Amino acid sequence: MALSFIEGNEAVALGAMAAGCRFFAGYPITPATTIYNAMLTYLPPEGGVCLQGEDEIASIGYCLGASMAGNKVLTATSGPGISLYSEQISFAIGSEIPLVIVNVQRLGPSTGSATKGADGDIQFMRWGSSSGLPVIVLAPVDVADCYRLTAHAFNLAEQYRCPVFLASNKEIAMTRESIDLDAIQLPDITTRKAADRNKPFLPFATGSEDTAPNFLPIGDRTLVRQTSSTHGVNGYITVDPDEINAFQNRLEKKLKAHVDEFTFFDRDLDPQARTLVVAYGVTARAARVAVATSRADGKPASLLTLKTLWPVPERLIIETAAPYDRVVVVEMNMGQYVREIQRLLPGKQIDFFGQMNGNLIKPEQIREVI
Amino acid sequence: MSSLINTSRPPVFCPGCSHERITHTLDKAFEKMGLDGNQVVIVSDIGCSGLFDTFFNTHAFHGLHGRALTYATGLKMARPDLKVIVTMGDGGLGIGGAHVLSTCRRNIDLTLLILNNFNYGMTGGQCSSTTPQAAVVGSGFLNQLEKPVDICQITAAAGAAFVTRTSSYAPDLVDEMVAAISYDGFSVIDMWGMCPGRYTKRNKITPKSIEVDLANLPRFKGPVAENQRKEYGSGYREVAAQLPTPARPDKIEARFQPPATGRQEVLILGSAGQRIVTAGEIFCLAGMTGGWHATLKNDYPITVLRGHSVSEMVLSPQPVDYTGIDRPKVVVALADEGVGRRKKMLARLGSDTLIIKAAGVTLPDTGATVQEVVFKAQKIKSQDWALASLALLAQKNRVISMEMLKAALTVRFKKAILETAVELVERVSE
Repeated sequence: MALSFIEGNEAVALGAMAAGCRFFAGYPITPATTIYNAMLTYLPPEGGVCLQGEDEIASIGYCLGASMAGNKVLTATSGPGISLYSEQISFAIGSEIPLVIVNVQRLGPSTGSATKGADGDIQFMRWGSSSGLPVIVLAPVDVADCYRLTAHAFNLAEQYRCPVFLASNKEIAMTRESIDLDAIQLPDITTRKAADRNKPFLPFATGSEDTAPNFLPIGDRTLVRQTSSTHGVNGYITVDPDEINAFQNRLEKKLKAHVDEFTFFDRDLDPQARTLVVAYGVTARAARVAVATSRADGKPASLLTLKTLWPVPERLIIETAAPYDRVVVVEMNMGQYVREIQRLLPGKQIDFFGQMNGNLIKPEQIREVI
Repeated sequence: MSSLINTSRPPVFCPGCSHERITHTLDKAFEKMGLDGNQVVIVSDIGCSGLFDTFFNTHAFHGLHGRALTYATGLKMARPDLKVIVTMGDGGLGIGGAHVLSTCRRNIDLTLLILNNFNYGMTGGQCSSTTPQAAVVGSGFLNQLEKPVDICQITAAAGAAFVTRTSSYAPDLVDEMVAAISYDGFSVIDMWGMCPGRYTKRNKITPKSIEVDLANLPRFKGPVAENQRKEYGSGYREVAAQLPTPARPDKIEARFQPPATGRQEVLILGSAGQRIVTAGEIFCLAGMTGGWHATLKNDYPITVLRGHSVSEMVLSPQPVDYTGIDRPKVVVALADEGVGRRKKMLARLGSDTLIIKAAGVTLPDTGATVQEVVFKAQKIKSQDWALASLALLAQKNRVISMEMLKAALTVRFKKAILETAVELVERVSE
């Protein structure tokens, strides 16, 4: 076994390269900067492009332009940058522009603490755009996930033509870990489906009401239109309520109806347990220790680690939680994803433990709640 | 070649709007240049200039207010062969000012057509960054208090390589456009025009008066002599082609039997300049040569040359779950700044923790076993204390062995630096 010693951010860059990323733009911000550093090392020598934007709005704007030219694109920032990305994210949602966004979360609110971790943006990533239409959010637990889930994030962005977030955290992103990269199974690479050039091209036409349109790049032989305005299948403004309705429903359904196909998770279930711990991100690692300790102490417990956070993997959560009386949700914030768990499991006792003080939640703290 | 006007979507501007003139002039410019629609992208901003992409049979990209240059830059970097035209009003100039300046500095091959009609036509004629102070606009008295910008002087000062100031009614406008679009670099045309829907109702302005006003301003016509240089995209590709293929992360083989079992937490507390982070990495690499898993977290202030520097390492036969440090086996205390960051923890420690402390460093009351080392007496400089401390651990087979440490040095250092490091770890003593 040969191990490499890399941090989560470098693993993200390696995952992006493996997934076929050709374009990166970002604005330096701790704790996301080292993704930009790595992409600047990896991309240009291989014929790709890495740019430093004059600000976050520009950085994601460069990405949207390059994505519409057919490139697989990546940007990375932290909470303050996600705020500035917001309007462009709405554009990418509504105009179906594939894009991977790494949010290396840090302690907020606002500029907060640049070098302290938190999972404070979990609802923000889901709802921080105009319209309230869904996005995909994947949450890595460790360096291996940063590598693997980044590759999945690119595939999902291509398949569903939407922004896909990787909800990282300073505590994963800037922690170096020994890792056997060769032992990690990456998915087969997906690339957005090309439209049939022998038929008249309608940039937003789909074969069904829950899929993304086929793609042609700007610069193709066939003319391509992209617009942030409310558009019909032809890419021109529409005011037809029926057409608008069909479009909004499709954007909602194309992700929500397919979440079972990209529900990533880990489960460590004990048939004797009456308590299920639900966690995600770096906190899931402390939860693993806490569950093991609890079992050793004679108090069985189970653990569900969610790696797909949005759309909410409702089936997985309901089915996994079914045998338990009590669910303990642990988050590195003041209580965000627990709202989804409460919504899905109305009959159960739901206990929450959260902490957002710049420190990792300790296994002992979770053990006490169990 | 023929017109690229989209006849199924005729221009919808107010009667007398100079935007309509510019639409047809731009079409003539495309025609003169012999461009096909699929060789051109029109990136349109917000406002009435944001309608342009719909009037042409070209590629089209319409996005957010003020951000058109950002999309255009991404498109051009990805597809250098395309002619990328950005249409933007005086509103977009203001809200997207940072993008205008950056594009000028970069000199990427885009053409920015500024449809400058001195107000926000679409939202009610409010003042923009180019509204004269004497004008009567929809922002009450506010524009009287703000000086308008001269966008030609600004773009030229920011490095734009091609700047033309002209009237939407200039008889040679088509030639100005052809020159700008043909120019290999960032080109800007500031076209003064009339907004009959909003602005000219309350402000007397005619093609003739525009001509008179322009004659009184500094002249900008084409290439700006002092800004001539290589186009950004070609420069980027030239430099990138010379870059070496980057190495992927090193792989560390497990070769040694480590001298300890179970999870090992180790903490180094130092200050900037003591090479704490490097020592932390070497310690982890040493652990990995013993088949251990490792994690490393570093904590230092944003002023990297001053203040504390703390590294937290965990070695374990199993993959490391929790990366925090609560019960360190060893603490290396090399500076008061670092010790100050972990006072509470140090006070809690028991005698099974070994603290290697550099002479002169003050510890809080602690139950840990403290060993003081006078590095200065061995003529070891402060920046080498961290590595020297690892050597002391290795010498007593505490957590790591000497063969593991030396193997890690071989991974991390080469040639002369490696020799010096090996000499140091062999020479240091308690």
